[in-house]
Amino acid sequence: MNWFAVLALATGTYAFRLAGPVLRERLHVGEGVQRLLTLGAVALLGALIATSALADGGQFAGWARPAGVAAGALAAWRRLPFVVVVVAAAATTALLRALGVR
Amino acid sequence: MRFLWRAVRGIHRELLRDAAALALAVFAIGTSFGALAVAAGIAPWMAIGMSALIFAGGAQFLVVGVVAAGGSVTAALAGGLMLNARHLPFGLAVADVIGRGWAARLIGAHLLVDETVAFATSQPDRARARRAYWTAGCLLFLAWNLGTGIGVVAGEAVGDPKALGIDAAFPAGLLALLLPSLRESAALRVAAAGALVALFTTPLLPAGLPVICALAGLVAAGRRRR
Repeated sequence: MNWFAVLALATGTYAFRLAGPVLRERLHVGEGVQRLLTLGAVALLGALIATSALADGGQFAGWARPAGVAAGALAAWRRLPFVVVVVAAAATTALLRALGVR
Repeated sequence: MRFLWRAVRGIHRELLRDAAALALAVFAIGTSFGALAVAAGIAPWMAIGMSALIFAGGAQFLVVGVVAAGGSVTAALAGGLMLNARHLPFGLAVADVIGRGWAARLIGAHLLVDETVAFATSQPDRARARRAYWTAGCLLFLAWNLGTGIGVVAGEAVGDPKALGIDAAFPAGLLALLLPSLRESAALRVAAAGALVALFTTPLLPAGLPVICALAGLVAAGRRRR
């Protein structure tokens, strides 16, 4: 790994990040398009949640992680504080792994 | 920099607390990245530079993984860029939250990550979304870089975040942030559809593409209710 690659990745990533705000300035988007853009973010977040809960790279992440996420989801559904959700998820997964669940 | 002062004045304790909780998890993963990068043979300053300049956990771990497996730099770069492509639609979605001034845009763009987007979209109005974005953004950036710095130095002393279950904390946290938005049926349909598309394509496509494909879930959006 060399600095050229690091800078190339940094620049490319930053270009992706900056493009949205810069483009939005130029295209005056109506409410309908804004709604789709927001829903687009929701779709991406839903996908991230599902894939990061279940997959590690291209493979199944094991049972401990989704179980932890499920515990956190339960806490979130019951409207428990955010901190509780995060801790419940981590603790459940940690506990399961300590018990030998993969 | 007036926008920053205005944002800071309005920060609510609740927001700070929630962002801090996630920042702790980000810190832990950051230390793991620092340690793993050094173990894979990446120079300490390069690892620190990566966290500061790229600030994207997924891509950074992918690079470390490719380097550790002896893969080519090109493969690492391509994989990282594919993984980070989702920042384009994210940026389009939160453009109005980031702000209009050039400083806000230039700095705000660098703080664009999954978690800051989730924090912003979880808020009911734009003012709070902006505060959430910047609070989370600054905290997470600090946590990530501090973590990397410590991980690089502490090396083997850093424990395995998986033993602490931290890898479950992120999806759970994102879900908690997303849940309020899912009360709207269109959002729920789109999130579910996006999740399904991504899950089905994960075994088939290289990292980063399944999540982008989730945008196909927008077909489930339906019409805007007037």
